[in-house]
Amino acid sequence: MPSSLLWAVDVYGRVYSLSTAGQQWEHCRDAHLEFKRVTAIQQCCWSIACDHQIYLYVHASDVPIRYQEETYENQVSWWNPVDGFSDRLLPSDRWQWSDVTGLKHQPLGDFQLPSENWEWEADWYVDENFGGEPTEKAGWTYAIDFPATYTKDKKWNSCVRRRRWIRYRRYKAQETWVKVCTKQTGSLPDPFNDITCGGWEITEEPRGCLSLWAVSLQGKVWFRCGINHHNPEGSVWEEVPVPGEVVQISCGPGDLVWAVLWEGDLLVREGIGRDCLKGSSWVMVESPDTGVAAAHVAVGVNVVWAVTKDHKVWFRRGVNSHNPCGSGWIGMVGEMAMINVGFNDQVWAIGFEDRAVYFRQGVTASELSGKAWKVVSVPRDSERSHSSASASSLQSAGCFFGGEVRLQSHASVLGDADPETERTGAEVVPTPEMGDALKPRIPKVTSDNFISELVSDRDGQISRRDAPPAGPSIPEEDHTEKEVEDRVSPAQVLSPSQSSGVDPQWSNVDLEEAQTHLASGPGDTAETSSLSSVVTYILALEEPYGPDEHPKWAWVSGGGCLVECHTQLNWFNSSTATGQPALNSSMQAMSHSITPAQTAEWRKQIFEQLSERSKREMENFMHYEQAIEQSVWVKKGTMQWWRDWKPHKWVDVQFALEQFSGAEGNKDGILFIYYTFNDEKKYLHVFINEVTILVPVLNDSKHTFAIYTAERTKQRWPIRLAAPTELEMHDWLALLSVSCCDSRGIQGPPSKQAIWSVTCRGDIFVSEPTKELEAIPYPTPCNQMFWRQVGGHLRIIESNSLGVVWGIGYDHTAWVHTGGYGGGFFQGLASSTDNIYTQTDVKSVSIYENQRWNPVTGYTNRGLPTDRYMWSDASGLKECTKNNTKPPSPNWTWVSDWTIDYAVPGGTDREGWQYAADFPASYHGYKTLKDFVRRRHWARKCKLTTTGPWQEVPPIPLSDITILPCGPKSTVEQVPLWAISNKGDVLCRLGVTSLTPGGSSWLHVGTDQPFKLISIGAVHQVWAIAKDGSTFFRGSVSTQNPAGDCWYHIPSPTGQKLKQVSVGRTSVYTVDENGTPIHVWIIADKVQGSHSLSCGTVCRRQGVLPNEPKGHSWDYGIGGGWDHITVRGNAMEAPRILMPSLTDNGSNQTAARPLQTSNQPEMNGNPVGC
Amino acid sequence: MADDKDVLRDVWFGRIPACFTLSPEETTEREAEPYYLLLPRVSYLTLVTDKVKKHFLRVMKAEDVEEMWFEYEGTPLKWHYPIGVLFDLHASNTALPWNVSVHFKNFPEHDLLHCPSNSVIEAHFMSCIKEADALKHKSQVINDMQKKDHKQLWMGLQNDKFDQFWAMNRKLMEYPINEGGFRYIPFRIYQTMSDRPFIQKLFRPVSPEGHALTLGDLLKELFPAAICVEDEPKRFQVMIHGIEPLLETPIQWLSEHLSHPDNFLHISIIPAPRGCGDCRSVLQTTHS
Repeated sequence: MPSSLLWAVDVYGRVYSLSTAGQQWEHCRDAHLEFKRVTAIQQCCWSIACDHQIYLYVHASDVPIRYQEETYENQVSWWNPVDGFSDRLLPSDRWQWSDVTGLKHQPLGDFQLPSENWEWEADWYVDENFGGEPTEKAGWTYAIDFPATYTKDKKWNSCVRRRRWIRYRRYKAQETWVKVCTKQTGSLPDPFNDITCGGWEITEEPRGCLSLWAVSLQGKVWFRCGINHHNPEGSVWEEVPVPGEVVQISCGPGDLVWAVLWEGDLLVREGIGRDCLKGSSWVMVESPDTGVAAAHVAVGVNVVWAVTKDHKVWFRRGVNSHNPCGSGWIGMVGEMAMINVGFNDQVWAIGFEDRAVYFRQGVTASELSGKAWKVVSVPRDSERSHSSASASSLQSAGCFFGGEVRLQSHASVLGDADPETERTGAEVVPTPEMGDALKPRIPKVTSDNFISELVSDRDGQISRRDAPPAGPSIPEEDHTEKEVEDRVSPAQVLSPSQSSGVDPQWSNVDLEEAQTHLASGPGDTAETSSLSSVVTYILALEEPYGPDEHPKWAWVSGGGCLVECHTQLNWFNSSTATGQPALNSSMQAMSHSITPAQTAEWRKQIFEQLSERSKREMENFMHYEQAIEQSVWVKKGTMQWWRDWKPHKWVDVQFALEQFSGAEGNKDGILFIYYTFNDEKKYLHVFINEVTILVPVLNDSKHTFAIYTAERTKQRWPIRLAAPTELEMHDWLALLSVSCCDSRGIQGPPSKQAIWSVTCRGDIFVSEPTKELEAIPYPTPCNQMFWRQVGGHLRIIESNSLGVVWGIGYDHTAWVHTGGYGGGFFQGLASSTDNIYTQTDVKSVSIYENQRWNPVTGYTNRGLPTDRYMWSDASGLKECTKNNTKPPSPNWTWVSDWTIDYAVPGGTDREGWQYAADFPASYHGYKTLKDFVRRRHWARKCKLTTTGPWQEVPPIPLSDITILPCGPKSTVEQVPLWAISNKGDVLCRLGVTSLTPGGSSWLHVGTDQPFKLISIGAVHQVWAIAKDGSTFFRGSVSTQNPAGDCWYHIPSPTGQKLKQVSVGRTSVYTVDENGTPIHVWIIADKVQGSHSLSCGTVCRRQGVLPNEPKGHSWDYGIGGGWDHITVRGNAMEAPRILMPSLTDNGSNQTAARPLQTSNQPEMNGNPVGC
Repeated sequence: MADDKDVLRDVWFGRIPACFTLSPEETTEREAEPYYLLLPRVSYLTLVTDKVKKHFLRVMKAEDVEEMWFEYEGTPLKWHYPIGVLFDLHASNTALPWNVSVHFKNFPEHDLLHCPSNSVIEAHFMSCIKEADALKHKSQVINDMQKKDHKQLWMGLQNDKFDQFWAMNRKLMEYPINEGGFRYIPFRIYQTMSDRPFIQKLFRPVSPEGHALTLGDLLKELFPAAICVEDEPKRFQVMIHGIEPLLETPIQWLSEHLSHPDNFLHISIIPAPRGCGDCRSVLQTTHS
């Protein structure tokens, strides 16, 4: 899990962030202003500053935010088709410079950067790629007339031509707060009062739209249009009419938007969808408590939480996408000032009494209301504007001597400060001083107004309310309501005394005043002085609010904070006030000292001495009799077995594993399956040392696995078994796996040469290559390879011979192998103790809704009797309804509802339908007269949590990856590793070595279009295929220049468009090093065995040599249900077999120096073992 | 990088080649051949010598046979110490195989406990495990186990089933991560030159300041003489499983990895053989 941030604002408007990996609040120093609101999501954070402007903080990413501008240059050779084209067009013709339609005039000079936060990457240039094919140098495409079909070849009748110019602009304002300009025609929003960001789950990835809602001081609601991946700032504010005055609004990751009205009722937005992010109408929901107005609301994906004015917390039952209003309120424990729902519906809040940040513990998909409030007690970074040493000494002093020291330091501050600050200090100090003795005196106000309230009651001179000046000793309990009432009318709040500027440092915190101040301020000097006084004020304030003082928070936003139920947060137990911290830190120090124990001298010594001892005491005495005779150890159980003969069905069997010591002291065993046939007891057995793989099988109801031997692999006919429970299956698999490994003497982590593969179930298998595997001329048949499982879940896996192994999950998360083994269901001895981490994966389950058109009713869900099911799988052969479709296996749980997938190839209409003349046919995204059937794709996400020797490589999701294969003894310092992000960006990983396989950072390699596949071959040859099928070769890639310099567009062979990985990869082989035997492994679509057919089978091409790149035959290995294999790690030197009678004298002289690879992911949906 | 698990395997599968000869004091009908056997270091003599007994009984009259006991160079061998401890204590630095004399008469009542059956060994073994867990976890782990779990530990040892034993013993080696180790380390220090059977005291793996304590810290407190001073000849060898771990080895790690199946860390302190050199040279060799 990558670290992510929780954002919060304290009562002084300072912004802090807390990393999930961190232990203290980090002050966001970049913010020059005080903020009153923050709303964070993963990639950015929005805020309202005290100047009422909106600010945006975009997190830095290795992949830049860039946008491609394009325009077309049109030319015509109307007068003289022979001589050439002219840029003088007919008046009736299109513009010389236009958009793609030709209707809009857009010369190069008209393109402007949208804001000062953007910069141009380079100048305009001509795009020489046309539909995946390179064009002539100048990039012209030709047609008979505008508008027509263009081709890249000039013909006799080509009268018009055009070419595409492109230029990229890049968003440069990252890791900094920038003001979001409101260049706006029409009505400008009045100053903002609240802001909320969300909606990222409504549209799919490439669009990546966000919803930003804001509330103005007058209670109007505004929606920021056009925020998406390419435009982080959005374009314009649009007012959303509301039936009242809104005070606060909250927008969830999905389509939930709730707002609070002044009167205390709540509004729910309806009609939000991917085509209408703004929604269509409001529905009123009453306040949770009759008589007590709602003050604050927070929404997530499927939850709504609210706080009423009496600070009670409420949870809304029954909220979901179909029923955004929910069904009823439940009162919760706790008194909160505000509440925020973040990622995964996790809940964050600010306590009303103590102003501490609280986290709702135990919020899971099944228990959305959670269990208990837990206070986030981490210190703020104590480093101040002065030296950190003094700050820390203050901390220690403060711990032991209490008030004395504080008074002293306070006095010194007063002495140094100018009179104005002194006065301010004097006013502010009493509160914390009192706070030591009594309960901290916090004014009772609604959270919205908290900052200003706090200031107002401290500021004795500026009493702009009817309420009496709030002396430090007067507890403010009863006039709170009144203040809230007062605030109803903004005009009343604005009092003339404020503009006097007596207390400028706080004036800008108040809502109205800042405006007047900034608008009619006496000029620059006043501005700067107010700014500087803010700074001094903060300095003065630091001291009394020493680190031992609990920070007082005003606002928290967890929208970007990735917390899941299994995440361990270390935010809760660090107690700063007691004597504990010393012990804690020393404990950490100790645990750290044990971890590097891996490399410690004493450990090395023990290993050496033990092996020395074994040698000394045993080596010469192995012929002695063992004192203890190895007896047979039997484990028994009951299972179901898929009967080998017809009718095939699951039959109950007894299952037993007998283990004993083999001849050479290694362990071995026999597996027995006892069944009854015609009332006769029979059994089937397998020798453990013959088992080649134990593989869990995809089955949505049973816990099944298959056992293969070399023979059964050839037959494509494994033994299939089902355990009664998941736990029992895992116990058995772990035991059998250990037993198989023992019988083959395999233990510990996989070697660097290991061959890795993944099944379509996402299970990861590793096989240790033997020297004989690629021996020439008689390689070991690959059905004899032994595969063992490694914990974790991946879709793609790639390795090289330096032990660098990367994988990509179904959710596009990148993972790097930690060097460990086990995890998952492997417990105890079959798993390494360290290097095992939690791994999660999310994938979509698909079903199709099918309809047929009939002349009376139009499209209906009643088809012809011969038709496919109205709800089916992709093939249409199996009925799959929303209700009966289960997650792929019982390890998966649903994490979303069924949603329509609009991102299907070929496009859809607005409702997600694809049309065709009849089932099954090719579908298109629009309806024509000839179309009589339509279908749409529904997807539902499910999630799996497991463990394995994998560590996440945040934060960029990937879709393809490739690692340079290295020779057996090569010493590459940095391993070239290239990847494609799920948005199609090409990335090059820096800092990958065999010691740091995860690398350090991504280097973005610019491309003109999204890419989909990449492969790196020997001598740094990087080949890639773009989404439109064009093939590129990256020039000048070397150790010194890991990212290369430019792309070369390679024309595809005539009549053969390169759109398959396999083709792309083969092309890499053909240009390969001289004299290298090339090993091609693929996953075959269908392989006929002697008993059955398998899909997704690991195959090896035999006889592939540089001079014979096609090879001669296929050797079939394990299958089916395999998705991906990598043999790039296997750089093992194959033994030269000296058999003169069988080999030519010449061919054997070539050093058998492997290795190239192949991997051809076949996305077949076949279950393992089919 | 070798895994810590390999240490567990090496410890478990440690074997001592032994040559059993019948004591000349015994009367036999025929001459008795010596009997050669690989003894598991972690097991108990009486548990693994059924074959020895059978071998010698064949040449003896039934009326001459009483309880079998063993002796090495005049020292009766205590069956209730693990075999490895007996070997390290009495016979390390001698030539292999280990020559053990077998007796069937004159049982040394003052030196040895009787061992009429394996159930006595089991009782002894289980009481050690229980004592160790009392030290480590206030007996919480062992008490949470069921009877069959206890049996699994014993059967694992009896049948030399590493996996069977460790599947259960793993639980006894766990500790709360934030405590940095067990409550107390179960250990015993043996020496040949003393009448005391062994030294055993309460010793925590972590100092009050939070530092991980080492083997050196343990010895400093309980057997300072074993820590050699620079420039002086090395006087003692500190042996665990036939090896001499460095003094800076964390005691918690030792307890987890080099304990015997009875969950105790058995440390043998024996006089260093001459010619071992002074401490400096030892240090230099270990650090080179």
